[in-house]
Amino acid sequence: MTLLFVILIPLLGALIPPLVIRSGRNACAAATGSVTLLALALLMSHAPAVFSGEVPKAGVEWVPALGLSLSVFADGLGFFFAAMILAIGLLVIVYARFYLSREEPMGRFFAYLLLFQGAMVGVVLSDNIIALLVFWELTSLTSFLLIGFWTKRADARQGARMALVVTGGGGLALIAGLLLVAQAAGSYQLTEILVRGEMVRASPLYLPALLLVLVGAFTKSAQFPFHFWLPHAMAAPTPVSAYLHSATMVKAGVFLLARLWPVLAGTDPWFLIVAPVGLATMLLGAVIALFKDDLKAVLAYSTVSHLGLMTMLLGFGTPMAAVAAVFHIINHATFKAALFMVTGTLALLASASMAGVPLFNGFLSKEMMLEEAAHTAYLGLDFLFPVLASVAAVFSVAYSARFAIGTFLGPVRHDYPHHPHDPPLGLWLPVAVLVVPVIAIGLFPAAVAGPLVALTASAVIGGPLPDYHLALWHGLTPALFMSLLAFAGGAALILAFRRVDGVRARLPPLDAKAMFEAASGGLVVACRRIVAALHDGALSRYMGVTVATLVAVGGYGFWSATHAAGARPLLPVTAPALTAFLALVLASGAVLLFHGERLTALILTGVVGVVVALAFLQFSAPDLALTQISVDVVTTILMLLALNLLPKTTPREGSRAVRWRDGAIAGLAGLGAAGLAYAVMTRNGTSISDFYLAQSKPGGGGTNVVNVILVDFRGYDTFAEIIVLGIAALAIYALLDPALKGAAVRRIKAMLPRDEAKDAHPLILVVATRVLLPLSLVVGAYIFLRGHNAPGGGFIAGLVVAIALIMQYIASGYGWAAERMKLDAQSLIGAGVAIAGLTGLAAFAFGRPFLTSTFGYLHWPLVGEFELASAMAFDLGVFLTVVGVMVLSLAQLSRVAHRVDPSPESRAPMDVPLEGAASGAAGKED
Amino acid sequence: MTAPLDHLLILPVILPAMAAAFLVLLLRHHLRRQRIVSIIVTVLLVGLAALLFAQASDGTVRAYRLGDWPAPFSIILVLDRLSATLLLLTSLLALCVVVYAAGGVDGRGRHFHPLFQFQLMGINGAFLTGDVFNLFVFFEVMLIASYGLMLHGGGAARLKAGFQYVAINLLASVVFLVGVGLIYAVTGTLNMADLAVKVPQVAAGDAALLKAGALLLFLVFATKAALVPLHWWLPATYAGTSAPAAALFMIMTKVGAYAIIRVYGLVFGAGAGPLELAAAPFVLPAALVTLAVGAIGLVGSRTLRDLSAFAVIASMGTLLVAIGLFDAAGFSAGLYYLVHSTFAGAALFLIAGLVQELRGAARDRLVPAPAMPGETLVGGLFFLAAIALVGLPPLSGFLGKVMILKAAQASVIWPWIWAVILAASLVMTFGFARAGSVLFWASGPASGTKPLPALPLVAVAALLALTLAWTLAAGPASDALGLTARQALDRSAYIGAVLGPDARLAAGD
Repeated sequence: MTLLFVILIPLLGALIPPLVIRSGRNACAAATGSVTLLALALLMSHAPAVFSGEVPKAGVEWVPALGLSLSVFADGLGFFFAAMILAIGLLVIVYARFYLSREEPMGRFFAYLLLFQGAMVGVVLSDNIIALLVFWELTSLTSFLLIGFWTKRADARQGARMALVVTGGGGLALIAGLLLVAQAAGSYQLTEILVRGEMVRASPLYLPALLLVLVGAFTKSAQFPFHFWLPHAMAAPTPVSAYLHSATMVKAGVFLLARLWPVLAGTDPWFLIVAPVGLATMLLGAVIALFKDDLKAVLAYSTVSHLGLMTMLLGFGTPMAAVAAVFHIINHATFKAALFMVTGTLALLASASMAGVPLFNGFLSKEMMLEEAAHTAYLGLDFLFPVLASVAAVFSVAYSARFAIGTFLGPVRHDYPHHPHDPPLGLWLPVAVLVVPVIAIGLFPAAVAGPLVALTASAVIGGPLPDYHLALWHGLTPALFMSLLAFAGGAALILAFRRVDGVRARLPPLDAKAMFEAASGGLVVACRRIVAALHDGALSRYMGVTVATLVAVGGYGFWSATHAAGARPLLPVTAPALTAFLALVLASGAVLLFHGERLTALILTGVVGVVVALAFLQFSAPDLALTQISVDVVTTILMLLALNLLPKTTPREGSRAVRWRDGAIAGLAGLGAAGLAYAVMTRNGTSISDFYLAQSKPGGGGTNVVNVILVDFRGYDTFAEIIVLGIAALAIYALLDPALKGAAVRRIKAMLPRDEAKDAHPLILVVATRVLLPLSLVVGAYIFLRGHNAPGGGFIAGLVVAIALIMQYIASGYGWAAERMKLDAQSLIGAGVAIAGLTGLAAFAFGRPFLTSTFGYLHWPLVGEFELASAMAFDLGVFLTVVGVMVLSLAQLSRVAHRVDPSPESRAPMDVPLEGAASGAAGKED
Repeated sequence: MTAPLDHLLILPVILPAMAAAFLVLLLRHHLRRQRIVSIIVTVLLVGLAALLFAQASDGTVRAYRLGDWPAPFSIILVLDRLSATLLLLTSLLALCVVVYAAGGVDGRGRHFHPLFQFQLMGINGAFLTGDVFNLFVFFEVMLIASYGLMLHGGGAARLKAGFQYVAINLLASVVFLVGVGLIYAVTGTLNMADLAVKVPQVAAGDAALLKAGALLLFLVFATKAALVPLHWWLPATYAGTSAPAAALFMIMTKVGAYAIIRVYGLVFGAGAGPLELAAAPFVLPAALVTLAVGAIGLVGSRTLRDLSAFAVIASMGTLLVAIGLFDAAGFSAGLYYLVHSTFAGAALFLIAGLVQELRGAARDRLVPAPAMPGETLVGGLFFLAAIALVGLPPLSGFLGKVMILKAAQASVIWPWIWAVILAASLVMTFGFARAGSVLFWASGPASGTKPLPALPLVAVAALLALTLAWTLAAGPASDALGLTARQALDRSAYIGAVLGPDARLAAGD
C-alpha cells in the first residue's frame, strides 16, 4: 500500500505549502521538501524488492464499472522514473527556494509543483491505464499553471495556453488510443496488457490505437511536428523549466513509448512512424538550437533534440536500441536539469556531456545511439539514418560549444524578475549534486549505472536483455568514427558560425508562437462568425427553424408508418355550423392581413374565441363554453390594457421573400395540424373518459363530469394549473414593478401619442359597473356552488368575480378602485393555493393519498338536500386563486398605465353626481 | 389505506408549493424571513429527497395514486431509482442556489423565493409523474416559474431574451398538447404504464398518427433539452438571466433529457412494436451537432456568461449522445454525466455571477481589466469548474466522458462519436484557457477593494465540493446508476408497479 502513497503524498501534500508560507519561505520550502523526501523514502523502501526482480503492487478500486482503479506497480521502468522525478524534484525545490523572489507567491508555486510531482509519479507508476490517463492530463494542467506562473507576462500566458492545447489535445488522443489498446488486450491493467502484446498487435484496432497513442506521446515529448510548444513553455520560472520541461514531464511521452514498447513496438508501422519522427526531431532540434542566442532557448531546443534521439531509439524496435534509449534517458536527466540551473564552471561539465564528450555520460549513450543508427536501414535506404544522425550529432556538438561559450561570454537574459548577484549555496548545490553522476557514469558506466540500466531496460523490453556493454571503449566501431566526425564537424560549424548564421538569416523566419496565436485568433474569429450567423437574435428565424423541424420530423413520423382513414361518419353540414366555420376562416384570414394593427388583430382574435365557445356548446360542453367565454373576456381586457402602453402598430419585419418563406413554413405547419386533427376526429376509439363518465356520480359525487374531472379525477392537474396562474400573476407583478419607476415610465410616455380620449371615465360606464358589482358577486357565488353538478365551478366563478372587480378599475380608474379594494390580490393567490393544498393534504389524516375526495349530503332547512364535498374546499382554493390572479395582473397593468398618465385622477366627475342621485346604489362605501 | 411513509412520495411537490403560498401570503414584505424560510424548506427537501432515494434504492418501483382512483384513470406518481436520483440532485442544486441568492440577488426584484419554490415544485413534479398530460402541466409550472425567475431583476437585455424564451417554449407547449392529443386519440390513455402496454398493440391503421404524435412529443423534450436545431432559446436566456436563476436552470434542460429517457426508453422504447425506439434515429446525430455547436459557441463567446451558456449546450450534447444510445450502458453513463454537468455547470454560472459583480465596469466581458478582488480565489474556483466541464481529469467530467466513450462503442458510428467528443474537448479546453487567462491572469493592478461576498462563495465551493464528492464516489455511484438504467429500461417492473401484476401479464412481458 505504501507504493500508492508515493503518489498520494505529493498530491495531498500540495495543500501544505500555501498554509505554511505564513511561517516564512524557509519553512515553506522545508515543508515542501519534506513531502517530497517522504515520498522518495517510501519509494526507496521498495528498492531492494525491485532490484531483486520483484514487482511491488498496490491499489484501491475507484470505478469498477469503468475498469478504473488506482492501482500502481513498480517494475524497473516505473521505479526508475519515479525515483528520478522525486529526486530531481527535491533538488528543484531547494533551488526554487532561492530562485523565487520575496514578492512571488511561493506557497502557490510549491503547491503547483507538488501537484505536478504527484501527477507525474502517478503517470509512471500507474498500473491501470485510465488512472494513467488521469495523471497524464493532470500533468498537462499543472504544467499550464506553472508555465503561466508569471501571470502578468503575455509570453507566459501564451506559452501556457499553447502547451495546454498541444499536450492536453494529445492527451485526448491518448485517451482514445489507450482505451483501444485496452479493448484489444481485454484488460485495463498494464501488467496484463504488457504480456498480451501479440494479441494487441494482431487486433484490427492496433493501427488506430497506435496512431492515437503516438499522437499523445509525440505531443507530450515535443516530437516533430508538435515540438513547437516546448521552447515557449520556457517562459516559466527556471525551476519549472528544469523540472518539467527537461527532466520529467516531457519525458512522459518517451516513457509511454518505453512502457508500451513490448505491446506496440516491433511492427512495420511502429518503425516506419516512430523512428523517422524521432530522427527528424533530433535533427531539427539540434539545428535550431545552434542558432538561438538565448541560453534558455538553446536548452529548450536541445531538449527537443534529445527527446527525438530517445524516440528514434525506441522507434528502432530492437532490444539493443531500447537499452540505449534507457541509458540516454538516465544521462539526459542528469546533465540537462543541471544545465537549466546552470552556474559557473559546473555548466562546462554538463555541456560537455550534452555535446557527447568522452568521459562524460552523454558520450556513452550517444555512442550507443550512433551505433544503432549505423545499422538501421529505412525503406531500403541504408544510409539515411547513419548520415542524418551524424549530422544531428554535428549540430549538437556545435550548439553545446556555443552554449558553453555563451555561459561565460555571451549576453545573459535580463528579463528575470530578479537577478541573483552571488549565487548562494542553495542555487549551486543542486547543480553540483547532478553533475556528480554525469562524471561518475561517464567514467565507470558499468559500475555506476549498470544495474539501473539493466533493471530499467529489462522492464522496457519485457524479455531477456541483449548482450551489451556499458563501457568507454568499444574498439574501432562505426560509431566511434561518427563521433569523431561530429566533433570535427561541430568545430568547423563553430568556426564558420557567422557565415552559416548569415545563410539562416536569409531564410524566411518561422515563428511558432506567432503562427499559433494567429491560428487561435483565427479560430476565435471563425467561431464568432458562426455564432453570429446562427444566433442573430431574430426570434422569427428561431421560430422558423423550429417550426420547419416540427413539420419535417412530424411529417416523417406520419409517412414512415402505416395509416388508415378513420371509420367515423361525418356530421351533416348545417347552416349554423357553416356560418361559424366561415366566420372562423374569415376572422383568421383577416388576422393574417391586419396583424400589423394590434387593436384590430385583437378584436378579430376574439371572434375565434366566440366560435370555439359556440362549438363547445354545440357538442354539449356548456362548462367549457362558459370557461372559454370568460377566459376570452379576461384576456381581451388584459391585452387592451397592455396595448394601451404599446405602439398601435407593429413594425414590418423582413423582406417579401423572407415573409413568403416564413408564411410557407407556417402554412405547412397549419395544414399538418389540421390534417392530424381531421384524422383524429374521424376515428372511433375507447378511452379512459368512459370511466370518468361512469364514475362521476357514484365515485365523485357530482353529475357535472367536467367539474368532477377538474377537482377530483384530475384534481392534481388543476392544483398545478392554478399554481401556473398564480405564478404568472406574481411574475407579471414582479416584471412590471420596475416599470413603475421613473425611467421606464418616461420611455413609455415618450412613445405614446398624446391624444388620449378626453373622457377617460364615462359616467354611464361608472354607474353600470358599480351596479353590476354586487350582481356579479352573487352570480359568482351561484356558479361556484352549483359547479359540482351543473355547469360552473370555482374556475368560472373566479373569472366572473374577477371581471366584475376589474371593471371597477377600468371604469373608475386605478386610484379610486385600489383605495376601495380591501382584499390584497397577492394574499388571495397565496390563500387559494394554500387552501387547495391543505384540502388535498387533509386526506392524509384518513390514510388516503393526496387529494382523495369525500362527499356527503346534509339536510338544510329551507334549502333542502345539500351536498357537501371536500372537492368544494378544493374548488374554493381554485376560486380564490383565479380571482387573485386576474385582479393582480390587471391591477398592476392599470397601475402602470396610471403612472404613465395620471391626469384623469380627479374624483369629482365620478362620485359627486352619484351622491346627488336618489338611488345612490354603489359608491361611497368608505 | 396508504401507509404514512408512502405519503413522502408526494411531498417534494407539495412542500415547496405550500411554502411558496406561505411566503406570498404572509412574508412577502420580509426579505430576510423569506430567505430563512426558503433555505429551511430547501434543506427539508434535501432530507426528503434523501429519504426517497433510500426508499427507491431497494429496487422496487413505487406508485402513488392521487385521489385514490385506480390506475390508469387517476394521475399516478412513480418513484423509482431514476426519479429519486433526480429529486436528490435537484434538491442539492437548489440548496446551493438559494444560498447564493440569499447573498443579495434575491432582493433585486419581487418574489424571488416564491418563484424559486414554485420552480422546485414544477421540477419535482415533472420527475415524479407517471402521466403524460400531468407532465405537460408540470412543464407549464416549470416554464412559467422559470420565466419569472429569468426576468428577476429586470433589464432590457433580460426582457428581450425572456420574451424569446417564453415564445419558443410556448410553441413547444402547444406542440406538447398536439403530441399528447394524438397519442391519446389513438391509445385512449395518458398513463405512461398504460401507454407502454397499449403502444405495442396499436392497430396498423393508427400507427402513423401515433408515430407523428410520438415524434412531435420528442421534439418538445428536445427543445427543453436544447438539442440543435431546437436550442435557440438557451444561450440568450442563460446568459441573460441572473446567476442563481441560470444555475437552477441547469436542471431544467435535464428535465428534457429525463423525459426522453422516460418516454422513449419506456413507452416508445425497445419492445414497443412498430414504434420501437421511435426517437432513436434522431437523438444521436443531433446530439453530436449540439456538442459541436456548443464547443464553437464557447470559443466564440465574448462574455463569461455566454461561454457558460454554450458550455451547457455542449454538455447537453454530450449527455444526449449517451442517452441516444438507448441502452443500459448509455443511460448509466449519461446519468453519471447528467449529475456531474448539473453541479459543474451551476458552479460555472455562479462563478460568472461573482466575476460580474466583482470586476467593476468590465463585468464578465473577456477583455483585460483591473484585477478583481479575490482574483486568485475566484480564478481557482473557475479553474476547477472549467476542468470539470471540459471533462479533463481528475474531476467527474473526465470519468463521465470515459463512461460515455465506452458506452458509445455499442453504436455503429462510434468512431465518429469518439472523434466529435474528443475534438470538442480540445476546442473547449482552448476556449476555457483563453477565457481564464484573460479574466484572471491578464489583469492590471487592482482598481479598488471590495469585500468578497460570503454566501455566494460558500455556494460555489459547495457545488465544487459536490463535484469532487461525485468524482470520489464514482464507483458506488456508477454501480447504482447501472441499476437505475436497467430499471428505467425494465418495462415490466414499471407496468407492474403502476397497473398491477395482471397488466404486466397482459402486456406480454
